[in-house]
Amino acid sequence: MNLRRDVFQAISDPTRRAILLLVASQSMTAGAIAANFDTARPTVSKHLQILTECELLEQKQNGREINYYINAKKMKEVADFIEPFRRMWDDRFNKLEDIMKQYKS
Amino acid sequence: MGQKTRIDAEDGKQDLVITREFDLPVELLFRAYEEPGIVEQWMGTKVLKLENKKHGSYQFETSDPNGNVVFRSNGTIHEFTPNQKITRTFEMENTPFPIQLEFLEFEKLTDDTSKLTMHIIYKSAAYRDQILQMPFAKGINMAHNRLQEIVNQLK
Repeated sequence: MNLRRDVFQAISDPTRRAILLLVASQSMTAGAIAANFDTARPTVSKHLQILTECELLEQKQNGREINYYINAKKMKEVADFIEPFRRMWDDRFNKLEDIMKQYKS
Repeated sequence: MGQKTRIDAEDGKQDLVITREFDLPVELLFRAYEEPGIVEQWMGTKVLKLENKKHGSYQFETSDPNGNVVFRSNGTIHEFTPNQKITRTFEMENTPFPIQLEFLEFEKLTDDTSKLTMHIIYKSAAYRDQILQMPFAKGINMAHNRLQEIVNQLK
């Protein structure tokens, strides 16, 4: 399904992962999110748009401001609870192993 | 590659254990944690500081492909016993996630194989689950693509 691939594309970008990390801890406005990055504001807006389109983030109007929330349900759908965490470490350790094999005499 | 890495995380507990067996002598496995130049390659981070001693500290930094810093982490090393163990704290800077405690045990299995056991303790079960649900959060310091490039160059 296309949507699913889009989600993974969305999270493949380090800045977008950093945004998800920030918003996971508390809901934030676009301005507050952008303040955490050296990246230009329009670039951050684009990232927020992508994350919202694939439903990893949700927007809620709060007066004149828009607050961004993490969509926990969507995050769960994307991957089962522990498997991605395990895979991340597995990838890392595979690399460690490959690199250190070069040092074997 | 098979699935060599195991995660044990019991429901409702505030810790988890990561275990992995390596086709490497324990000395080489430990070296991958000890030498900044090697840590940088497999973690995909820049090592700003790595003092491998009791009360030493470390700091890692990850940038996006444009050179913007996206993630910084640091911690204090409490125990450092070559080829045996590292005990350290881990903090993700500028995030509200509490500091975590990590016990790393390095074990010789045979002359050519070894095992790493990483016991991570979080402030609460809720925080542990939040971090488990966010592999992308942890993935930030992984710079997966860049690491893949390094490994491909080595092949």
